[in-house]
This record gives sequence, structure tokens and C-alpha cells, in this order.
Amino acid sequence: MSRWRNRNLLIGGAITLAILAIALVSLAWTPYPPTRIDIVHKLATPSAAHWFGTDPFGRDVASMLMAGARSSLSVALIAVVAGAGIGIPLGALAAARGGWVDALLMRATDLAFAFPALLTAVMITALAGPGAFNAMLAIGLFNIPVFARVTRGAALAVRERDFVMAARATGRGEWSIMARHVLPNTSAVLLVQITIQFALAIIADAGLAYVGLGTQPPFPSWGRMLNDAQTYIFRAPLLAVFPGLAITLSVLGLNLLGDGLRDALDPRLTARR
Amino acid sequence: MKRLAAVLLALSALSAPAYAAKDSITLGMPLEPPVLDPTASAAAAVKEVTYGNIFQGLARITEKGEVAPLLAKSWAISPDGLTYSFALQTGVTFHDGALFDCSTVKFTYERAAGPDSTNSQKAFFEPISSIACPDPATAVITLKRPTGLFLNNMASGDAVMLSPASVAGDKTNPIGTGPFVFKRWIKGDRVELERNPHYWGTPVKLASATFRFISDPSAATAAILAGDLDAFPLFPSPESIDTLRKDPRFAVVIGTTQGKTIMSVNDARKPFDDVRVRRALAYAIDRNALIEALGGLGKPIGSHFIPGNPGYVDLVSTYPYDPEKAQKLLAEAGVKPGTEMTIKLPPPGYARRGGEVIAAMLEQVGLKVKLVPVEWAQWLDQVFKQSDFDLTIIAHVEPNDLEIYARDKYYFNYNNADYRALYHKFVETTDNAARLDLLGQLQRKLSEDEPNIFLFALPKVGVWNAKLTGLWHDQPIFANDLSNVAWSD
Amino acid sequence: MSGFLVRRLAGLALTLLAASLVVFLVLQVLPGDPASLMLDAQARPDTLAALRHQLGLDRPAWLRYVTWIGGLLTGDLGQSYTYSVPVAELVGERMMVTLPLAVLSIVLSTGIAIPVGVLGAARRGRPADTAAMGLSQFGMALPNFWLGILLILTFAVALPILPAGGFVGWDKGIWAGLRCLILPSLALALPQAAILSRITRSAVLETLGQDYVRTALSKGLSGQAALWRHAVPNALIPVVTVIGLQFSFLLAGTVIIENVFALPGLGRLVFQAISQRDLIVVQDLVVLLAGSVIVVNFLVDLSYRALDPRLSAQDGP
Repeated sequence: MSRWRNRNLLIGGAITLAILAIALVSLAWTPYPPTRIDIVHKLATPSAAHWFGTDPFGRDVASMLMAGARSSLSVALIAVVAGAGIGIPLGALAAARGGWVDALLMRATDLAFAFPALLTAVMITALAGPGAFNAMLAIGLFNIPVFARVTRGAALAVRERDFVMAARATGRGEWSIMARHVLPNTSAVLLVQITIQFALAIIADAGLAYVGLGTQPPFPSWGRMLNDAQTYIFRAPLLAVFPGLAITLSVLGLNLLGDGLRDALDPRLTARR
Repeated sequence: MKRLAAVLLALSALSAPAYAAKDSITLGMPLEPPVLDPTASAAAAVKEVTYGNIFQGLARITEKGEVAPLLAKSWAISPDGLTYSFALQTGVTFHDGALFDCSTVKFTYERAAGPDSTNSQKAFFEPISSIACPDPATAVITLKRPTGLFLNNMASGDAVMLSPASVAGDKTNPIGTGPFVFKRWIKGDRVELERNPHYWGTPVKLASATFRFISDPSAATAAILAGDLDAFPLFPSPESIDTLRKDPRFAVVIGTTQGKTIMSVNDARKPFDDVRVRRALAYAIDRNALIEALGGLGKPIGSHFIPGNPGYVDLVSTYPYDPEKAQKLLAEAGVKPGTEMTIKLPPPGYARRGGEVIAAMLEQVGLKVKLVPVEWAQWLDQVFKQSDFDLTIIAHVEPNDLEIYARDKYYFNYNNADYRALYHKFVETTDNAARLDLLGQLQRKLSEDEPNIFLFALPKVGVWNAKLTGLWHDQPIFANDLSNVAWSD
Repeated sequence: MSGFLVRRLAGLALTLLAASLVVFLVLQVLPGDPASLMLDAQARPDTLAALRHQLGLDRPAWLRYVTWIGGLLTGDLGQSYTYSVPVAELVGERMMVTLPLAVLSIVLSTGIAIPVGVLGAARRGRPADTAAMGLSQFGMALPNFWLGILLILTFAVALPILPAGGFVGWDKGIWAGLRCLILPSLALALPQAAILSRITRSAVLETLGQDYVRTALSKGLSGQAALWRHAVPNALIPVVTVIGLQFSFLLAGTVIIENVFALPGLGRLVFQAISQRDLIVVQDLVVLLAGSVIVVNFLVDLSYRALDPRLSAQDGP
């Protein structure tokens, strides 16, 4: 089997693409407007008219799930991009400079890791108000030390490799080596980390929305749909199933994609599997 | 076989207490009280545990909302309405043995009115000019000016009698004169009370009472279904009422509260300073659909007044649901389609969930609505103190509060001279028929000006074991008075 | 070793101090006044001022910080604004729920993951392994709060055999208390077990491939014996690291799971204290939680050294 045709990559990629496609389609079309309230048809069971039924306000669950994909993906995407955008240069800096810069940055990441992420996110949203933007901020903040650590570790490992040693022998500066040789060779590790963090960000976003701190109504989000559903758990148990499945499926897709990418990009890592 | 018999015997012994005549009760409450001294906190939960059970005042509020004697056997009011003479019960002691007499009354009220007072209803005590004790069983209170609601106020949880010997510890170890004594408080979980063996009045039938704090709707439902709770007088999950109604083990009782759920409007802010815009908002909201979406239990209101209270006028149909009319009025007032407005939503479900429904309704008439959920801390600060809001959804739970519309400065900025004059006339009027007529006029004036959008009366949803008697069906004030509660067999 | 300990302990103390300062500063800019929340909306300004004075809120911020840290050092967590009781008492009561929950979850997740991981490694590539790894892939994707809701649906609504939420208290008996913690700890443990079982499997596979294990096998040691005598003990290092890391996830997880199951634990207390602006409680709790994460990581570091003699020999991180 070719490296690029492994099973994880195919399944994970397919799921991720499908969810991405659903999110994009929801921009142009959903079966019903996702925020349209129709009290007369509240708590309908799944049917041809409403594939996944309706919620306590008579909103179409399928449409809400589609729109929810959009909010989940965009929060996670921005949080991860921001986290990587700040974390990767910091990690590279720590690896290139070493010494006190490295020590300081590593202490700072220790400090950040000591705060339970969700707890801090709760404080941030209490401070700045709940909402999608602040959820991105809170999740993004916790991605910074992760990317800094991973980049530093990978960069330090690559720096010891022969071709970097050779470049150094030709008298190139540390920064030029970092940019030309080290970072490109850590991209496999970073790409895999990005998919992992993306999956974690989707869970974190759903968790924040579940406790009422993420994307705000009326715009639908998977986490809040779960919270609402729990209130009706004795009357409409199915409501609690679909949003959770959506979260699980997206995370599963990204995790598989990450595994697949790792296999494809760095066969050495999987030799032992 | 012998062994099986022994096991069965052991099992029946285990379950025996369930069949014995029950004399204890476990009640659920959605919120935990922060402290147990009702004069030290405005939180309704404090009164829901302690009022009438641990602490008592000179008078009490009954289930019907009337004032009845308690630690004062009777009272006489001078014709000018300035002097109240209370004849006190004798032989009353606090749970620690301290004696209750006129000096207790003087101590309690002077403390509440004093400079260091943190009583949230300090204004109740402000009209008092002096308290005299001609003998230990008589308290004579002189007021600075006639105050119509003075007895009502003195019957509230904010005016219960405290003993100078124990007042310092009342927040965590409450000591009152009531039929129950405080046993213990497991924070985050429950407060336990026991029958007061030395109670001065008729002893209560219950030997013990436990209040458990469960705010989560599904956990509350599960606890009732499992029999972990005997009663949930303010049931937080109207969504599961249908399930419970079908179960003969439970009584589901829908009563009234004094809560007027309204969408408050900042009348000082454009475009809401225009009455046509406020009327348009009223036409745009389908109250019945809103109530249905929130569980179908509230009653629509058309003014700031609870149906069934003396003097109530039915004004519900002043602004029937009519989106076209709403759009027309908005156009007349120059409000363009797509105009943006925000609704600030405090934590309760009626606000958060109601806000979603209302936003959808307002969008139907072309308005663009942004929902901003806020915590209580932010609501108090932004909305209540600084009037920094367009719209907000809130239940005003205080009884008889038409007065808030007559204030010079109140968060929704009504500021109407006609209403104010009408209200002052009402306060000064003593003739009952004339008072009722004026109450009607006040309600009509509010309905006409629609300073806020009047939505529905907050229902009291109570669920309890069908064999329990004596729990309040209605809720004139926040209280779970257990003095008459008993098991029917 | 002692030099290492001193350095690490000093770093630990500094990190905690930095954490306390961060929390304190953040809370200072939090909008909302604890005193006006405790009083009624109608409260008059003089009443408010009296209460603020009673609570010590009228003192300058730096003085409040110094008093707070001074108190912490002497073991005094201060007095809760809203409950007017010592914070230590509040925390102690809530700990009776959160700590058993966390311990139960760690025990469950380790108890499930290590046998599954070892089994997977031993049966590598066979159906049992494929099934276990497929399941764990799914388990890793499950958000614990949804799993919690599903467990409620199954074991409290459909088959009403366990409570849907709430906590009856330990005084009703150990079993009555544990019954309330079964579903929440399962919800926390299963996704963690999924991750841990994969780590265990690959760690065991790694050691199975090492030269000394091969040598032992070639000398006639049975596969089972090689697995248990050599591969598993040596695979423990990465496993212990992950368990340590999971502790932090678990603490965050309890915050949300306590909300799903309405458990009166530390997580609920944090939420409540933030919304009530009971700042002193928030400060104490965050430092406490951050402190326990830091201490656990430190202990993991120490256990590394115990498990791997090579590390303690070189005496440095």
C-alpha cells in the first residue's frame, strides 16, 4: 500500500471533508432556516419533513446541526491558527536561542499548563462575556504553549541531524538554518499536531458552549444543543443523540486524519505500530 | 429455605422505614442560600429555608398574601396612622433559651435601621421614628409619616426577630423563635432542620425537614421520580411536568407568584422613547406562543399587575399579536427594517430561552436582534445601575411594586409626570373602593404607554408527593412555611 | 538528587506564586461588585458601603493581595464573601465529592486501559487487537459530557437503576454515595482510558522490540513471561507520564462533568463563585487546582527517576 493510500488517511480525510462540505453548504442552503421558530411543530420526531426532528422551539434539528458545523469549525480553525501562529515562532525562538530565552519560555509554558484550561476559559468568558470570539480566544491561548513545546522539541531534534550540521559547517547563521532547514523538516510533526489540536478545539468549543459560554443564541452550536436537550431528556431523548454524534464524528475524522498523515509523512514513526 | 426467609426478613427490615408513618420531609430548592440570616441577604433562598420555620416576625404573610398575627397577638393603629401598638406573645423563647419581649423588637428594628445595617430592605425601617416599651409585652412604634405597607413590611423576612445574644452567628447558625431549630448545613448540598421541642405555639407535625439544593432541571426531575425528594415547591423543570402529571404518586400544582415577567425597555434611548415603537414591540410578540415555548404554564399579562390580585384589570388584549400592525407602527415611527437592537439576558431560563423566542419574533417584523447573555453581576451593574441597555427580559417578583414606575430614576427611565401624580394620589387615598379604582387607572396608564413590554405572570410550579398536605400552592412571598405540613396517612 | 529537588521545589514555589498573581490580577478587572450582588438591587448606597467595608473590599488591591498570600502561607484561605464561612471549610466539603470522583476515574481508566493495551500488544494484528484499537479510536473522539448524557439516557432514563444526577451525601452510606459517582466517573474515565490504552499498547510494543527482550526470548523465555517480566514494567514510564498529564485534563473534566451530573463538587463551586463574584473563593480554588497540577507533574518527574535509574544518575531534567 502506498504511503498516501492508508486507510486512516482515507476515512479520516473523507469524514473531515464531508463535515467541511456540510458547513460550507449551510452557508447557502439548509432544509429550514436554522433559527426559525415554529412552536406548533415543537419536539417533532424524525420524519421526511424533519430528518432529525425538531427542538422545543420547533426549530429543525438537521438545519441546526448543519449551521452548528460551521460555528464549530470556524471557532476551532481560528483558535488553532492563532495558537500555531504564535506558538510555532516562540518554539523556534526557544530552540534557536537556547539559554535563558529557552528557560524562560519553558517556565512560561509550565505555568500555562498548570491552569486547567476549561477553568481559565470560564474566567476569560466571565471577564469578557460569553461568545464565539472569546471562546476562540480562550482555546487559542491554550494552543500557544502546546505548539511552542512541540516546535521546540522537533526543532531541537532536527538540529542535530547531519544535514543541519553540514549547513552549520558552511557558516550559515542560526536563523537562516532555522528557516531553511529546521522548520521545513518539522512540518510533518507540526501538521499532525495541528490536526490533533483541531480535534481538541472542537471538543473544547462544544464544552464551552455546553456550559453556556461559547457561541451564543440564536446561532446554533452543537454544545448548546446538547445542553438544551438535557433539559428535555425525559421527554425527547433523541435530541441529545444527534449533536453528540456530530461532535464525535468530526473529532474521529480529524484524529484518523492525523494518524493517517503521520503514517504518510513520517513512516519511521509508525514502523513500530 | 431458612436462609431465604432470613434474607427476606432482613430486606423487609431494611425497607420498613418507608412504610412507617412518615414524619420527615425532604424538599428540593433550585438555589442554595448564601447565608441563613434573612436580614443579612437579599437572596430569596434564605427566606425559602428560614421564613416561618426558624425565624418569625411580629406578623406573618399567609399563603393568600394577607398579614396575620404571629409574635404579636394583635395590634392597634392610631387614627392618624402614625402609632402602632403591638401586644406581644408571652413566654416565647429563642432556640438558645433567650427570652423574646419588647426589648427584642427594639433591638431588631433599631439594628436594621442603624448606620451599620446591611439589611437589603433598610428602607422598610426608615419610616420608624421611635420604639417604646411601656411593658415587656407591649411594643409601641411611632412612624414619621403614614406608611400604607408598614405591616406588610414588618411581616416580611427582612423584619424577623433576632436575639442580641445570637445575632452575630445567625448567618451560619440561625437561632430564632420558630417551630423548627437549625440542625446543620452541608454546603452545596442541604440544610437540615428539626422540630423545636420548646416551641411557644402549636407544635408542628413534622419531626424534621431537609432542604436540598438542586438547580439542574433533569437532576431535579430524577430526584423527584426516584423519591429522593418529597417535594419541590419551586420546580425548576416545567419541561418534565407532563411526565410527572401522569404519575399518580405526585401532585403537580400550578399556582401564582408575584413575578411579572416583562421585557424592560430603555425608554430614554432612541428609538424606544417613541411610544409607537414600544407598542410595535408589543404587537410583534406572540405571548401565547412564548408561554407555550417555555412550557405552557404562565398567564399572559397586559400591565405590571398579577391576575387575581385585588384591583386587577384585564388588559391582555390591548396589544394582540399582530405583526403587520407592528411593522406599520415601526414605519410610522421612522424605524427602518434591519434596525439593530440588543436584548440583555440574565441567567434564568425564562430570560435566556424566552429571549431566543422573542428575538425570532422581532426578526419577523424586520428588526435585527442581538442577544447578549449576562450574569447577574453584569446585569445589576450594566442594566440596573447604569441603564446601559436597549431591551432586557426580567421578572419583577416584588409584590405591589407599581411604585417603581413612579420613581424619579429607575433603570427603564419611564419618567412620566401623569403616572407619578396618579400614583401619589393612590398612596394618599385611604378609602378602599377609591384605592381599587386608582389601581385600575394605574394599570391602564401603564398599558397605554407600554413603558415595558408586559409578557406573562411567572407561574409557581410545585411538585410533591400526593400524600403531603399543607404546602403552599401560591407564592405571595418567597417562603416554604412548613408549620402546617403533614403526611396524610 | 537533593540539588535537583531543591531546584525543582524552588521552581514549583515560583510557578505557584506567579499563578496566584495572574489569578488575582485577572479578578481585579472582572466587572461586577460582590457587595451589590449580595444585597438586593434596591439596596441604598450607605448599606452597600457598610457591606463593602465589612468585607474589606474598600482596601487597596495590593494590600488585599498581600493579606491573601500571607494567609495562604499560614494555611488560612480566608473567608467566603457570600457564605461568610472560612473558604477552607467550603473547599473541604466540596472535596468530598471531587476527590473521590477524580480518584475513581483514574482507577477506572487505568484499570481498563492497561489490560486492554497489553492485550493489544500481545495479540498485535489479531481481531482482538483490531477491535480494541477501533473502539479506542472511537472512545478518544467522545466528548465526556456527551458520554455523560448518554449514560444518563441509558442508566437513569431508559433503565432507571442509577441516579441521573445530584449527590445524596456520604452520610447516607458509602454505597449510596458511590452510586451517584458511578456514571460521572465512567464518563470521565472512558475517553481517558481510550488514550491510555493506545499509549500502553505502543509502549509495550516498543519494549518488546528491544534487544534485551529479544535476547531473553532467544534464551528460551516464554512469550508470556517476557511480556510480563520485561516489556510491561519497562513500558510503565510513558504510561505513568500520560496518567500524570491526564490528571490536569481530569480536573478540567470534573468542572464540566459536575455540571452534567449536578454534583456539588469543586467544579460547581468555581462556577458559582465566579458568577457570585466571590473573588476570594475563585482565587483560592484556581491556585489550589493549579497547585495540584504542578505538584502532580512534579511527582511524575520523581517517579520517572524511580522507574528509570538512568535518569536519576545524570541528575538533571
